[in-house]
Amino acid sequence: MRGMTNAIVVQGLVKRFGAQTALDGVDLTVAEGTVLGLLGPNGAGKTTVVRILSTLLEPDAGRAEVVGLDVVRQAGEVRASIGLTGQYAAVDEYLTGQENLEMVGRLYRLGKRESRSRAAQLLERFELTDAARRPAKTYSGGMRRRLDIAASLIARPRVLFLDEPTTGLDPRSRLGMWEFIADLVSDGTTILLTTQYLEEADRLADRMVVIDHGRVIARGTADDLKAQVGGERLELTVGSVEELARAADALRSLALDEPRCDEQTRRLTLPVTGGAATLAEALRRLESTGATVLDVGLRRPDLDDVFLTLTGHAADDERAGAPSDDDAADRTPATAGGALR
Amino acid sequence: MSAMTTSLGWAVSDSLTITRRNLIKVKRVPDLIVFATLSPIMFVLLFRYVFGSAIPIEGLDYAEFLLPGIFAQTVVFGSTITGASLADDLQKGLIDRFRSLPMARSAVLIGRTVADLGLNVVTIVVMALTGLAVGWRIHSSVGEALAGFVVLLLFAFAISWVMAYVGLLVRTPEVVNNASFIVIFPLTFIANTFVPTNNFPTVLKVIADWNPVSAVVQAARQLFGNTAPSLETSDAWSLQHPVPYVLLWVVVLLAVFVPLSVRTYLRTATR
Repeated sequence: MRGMTNAIVVQGLVKRFGAQTALDGVDLTVAEGTVLGLLGPNGAGKTTVVRILSTLLEPDAGRAEVVGLDVVRQAGEVRASIGLTGQYAAVDEYLTGQENLEMVGRLYRLGKRESRSRAAQLLERFELTDAARRPAKTYSGGMRRRLDIAASLIARPRVLFLDEPTTGLDPRSRLGMWEFIADLVSDGTTILLTTQYLEEADRLADRMVVIDHGRVIARGTADDLKAQVGGERLELTVGSVEELARAADALRSLALDEPRCDEQTRRLTLPVTGGAATLAEALRRLESTGATVLDVGLRRPDLDDVFLTLTGHAADDERAGAPSDDDAADRTPATAGGALR
Repeated sequence: MSAMTTSLGWAVSDSLTITRRNLIKVKRVPDLIVFATLSPIMFVLLFRYVFGSAIPIEGLDYAEFLLPGIFAQTVVFGSTITGASLADDLQKGLIDRFRSLPMARSAVLIGRTVADLGLNVVTIVVMALTGLAVGWRIHSSVGEALAGFVVLLLFAFAISWVMAYVGLLVRTPEVVNNASFIVIFPLTFIANTFVPTNNFPTVLKVIADWNPVSAVVQAARQLFGNTAPSLETSDAWSLQHPVPYVLLWVVVLLAVFVPLSVRTYLRTATR
């Protein structure tokens, strides 16, 4: 029965590169037909997990099985059942879209006719039919990623690995990619997805595993993780940087943890409990500081808060303060709510 | 038994798929075609008329002396494409993709070296035609002449496997190109390629005598009939028996670098 068996089982996985320990005993399972989001900052070990599961690397200790096959001892059989989309769009830029897919189909040993018809189907599905006869060199970044995913799907793999499938894509291509991925899930493909974008995991993954420094630090559904962090977030924007410090001082005793200040956006975030009463108290205190409050509100913790609490640093430090991304994250529940859960 | 023939069948079919892929690139990248055809023509013409006007070869037209030498130099340089192309595939994540597919483990390297052999065949044909236009002639039988081309291409094929290893190790196409230039330039010049070695300083002459490139050139000269009784050949065994000496090199290079390259390929992943 679907959902009852595990498509991926990983136990005590250890991988060292010289003196550096990339994975330090990772355990995880992915039920058949579900999506696992593997989250973590850069260098956490996400890609190493994917490389071991896709037979590119051998672990130093521990065990990993994909569709019941050992990734070391039965590597050849594992390869026949998986599709891999790495961090780079691994397409041959001199071949056309059609040629790329047919080549990969032949290498999956599909046979000439089958490779050709699968290639045509996938080009259609990923909206690349018009570009099918052009060398991939002429494709945009988003088109290359789509072609790359199409290539990994050509032999209808039971398990698909997507290693940061939207890194480097513009927001529109990213939304498009999410729709394609959500589609695959409805086909019953088991997916292990790594990402730095919490919004992406929130939208696509059934369950998540957060790793940092090669260890699992949290796991569960997005709601589990948010509940684990607990409380609410009081968020406000003030008129100036100088007011930001004053507001932080005034509200510090209300917060469960040190307030987070973002000077660029002049935004203050505090983990709190107590709901509306806390909000009222906060407003009263702010009034006495004389700070100009441009925006204030209570919200449930999002995955960025989860990340920050669990790892002590943001998922993607460069991104953490960017106003446009934060705005996008705020909008997610409204725009994407129906798509996944 | 049948499982073995099946897996061999797949290895051949996968290698052909990869060879086809590599040859499509040749078709679509004009630079490669220029490199493979125009530059050999230029070299033949330059050496024929620039060096040829200053280097007297006793009893032989310089074009006759030159062509086997320039064939050897060009195919050896042509083999460096193997290393640069594999490094490029590695950088672009294609090797990761291939390694995650249920294909034969040697196919990427076989497909690469075979495609580069094909490119070398094209190069040699173009050079031979240019040579014929500027006074080079074959004086032997068809069989011997074909054997001459086979010796050249076999040696180039073996060098391709060396370059495959270098490419997987070095991982950057530009570095592969520069590094191979530094090695291959002296390798093809400290030899009988463009001038007789009689007047080389002693140390250089010993190196030149035992340099496999010299033996390749000597073998080609003998098999094409581009020799003259008055032309002194070194007494070194390698040049007295150039064909077996070259074949020995080919066997040793392949025996070492085919397994070494395949092993490296299986452990290589994009960083």
